[in-house]
Amino acid sequence: MTAISVRINNEMTTLPRGLSVSALLTRLGYQQQNFAIAINETFVPRSQYATTLIQADDTLEIVAPMQGG
Amino acid sequence: MNSFSELSNPMQWDIGGKRLNSRLLIGSALYPSPQAMQSAIEASGAEIVTVSLRRQSAGDQAGKTFWDMIKALDCHILPNTAGCHSAKEAITTAHMAREVFETHWIKLEVIGDQYNLQPDPFELVKATEVLVKDGFEVFPYTTDDLVLAQRLVDAGCRILMPWGSPIGSGKGLMNPYNLKAIRMRFPELTLIVDAGIGKPSHAVQALEMGYDGVLLNSAVALSPKPIAMAKAFQSAVKAGIYGYQAGTMPERDLAAPSTPVIGTPFWHQK
Repeated sequence: MTAISVRINNEMTTLPRGLSVSALLTRLGYQQQNFAIAINETFVPRSQYATTLIQADDTLEIVAPMQGG
Repeated sequence: MNSFSELSNPMQWDIGGKRLNSRLLIGSALYPSPQAMQSAIEASGAEIVTVSLRRQSAGDQAGKTFWDMIKALDCHILPNTAGCHSAKEAITTAHMAREVFETHWIKLEVIGDQYNLQPDPFELVKATEVLVKDGFEVFPYTTDDLVLAQRLVDAGCRILMPWGSPIGSGKGLMNPYNLKAIRMRFPELTLIVDAGIGKPSHAVQALEMGYDGVLLNSAVALSPKPIAMAKAFQSAVKAGIYGYQAGTMPERDLAAPSTPVIGTPFWHQK
């Protein structure tokens, strides 16, 4: 099995196994710097994108600045 | 409360390691347009603006556009953890906010009840303990409960933000007695009334009782004239601070004439 299922911003998707967060962001087209990521409700610092691998059934949140009170 | 005698300008105060000149903290949501948001924040004179984080897909430029507009205001940024319902969610959101907004300030919101958006006191304290240890300056959105305030101080908070009334209700200060009690019990703490402010007079009331500032959003953003209302709040916080500094007269149950009675015409000893 070379593909895994993950949930990104509440949408299910299929990815190749062994993808790093950096590779995932490139694949999805995230280019700007103004976002942050959590995997399974745990923050992943930008410095760990290259070394953090996406696992099967992971839940990712990718967030950016928004209006707030 | 910052001591007025130490400051040449009564409006000046210190919060989270910054010296500011406005007692107003303002939100960036609910305005009729991004331009109205920018103009209203400018008109308010506020130096701290609250922002948030939300899911965003690749290629969506909304977040970048908003962030560019906020950066142009040159204000201090106070990210919130709005929408979080557990300490775990709030802690993770705070860390994401620190990376995105490059600030260790966090407006910590952990909601315990969806009906009135009341903070969950247990999860709030739990999240505060972790975030203070992680180096955050925590601005906790809390109720006006004195014991909860003490727990937050014990956890390391130097700032407390008790609610005036539920978020977005515009009901003002529901329980002035509780707010005054917190002020009296923690004279050295920076206190901000957060949430429920609906009118400029509510802001005056908070500052007159010795609060250091007020945080509001809906009162300006939902006004038919947000920019004019922002100016009204700028004046209100000044009035409140100057009033508090001057000190109010003692309240009396009976009337006392202000015009001298000696020499009153048509008056005769009986």
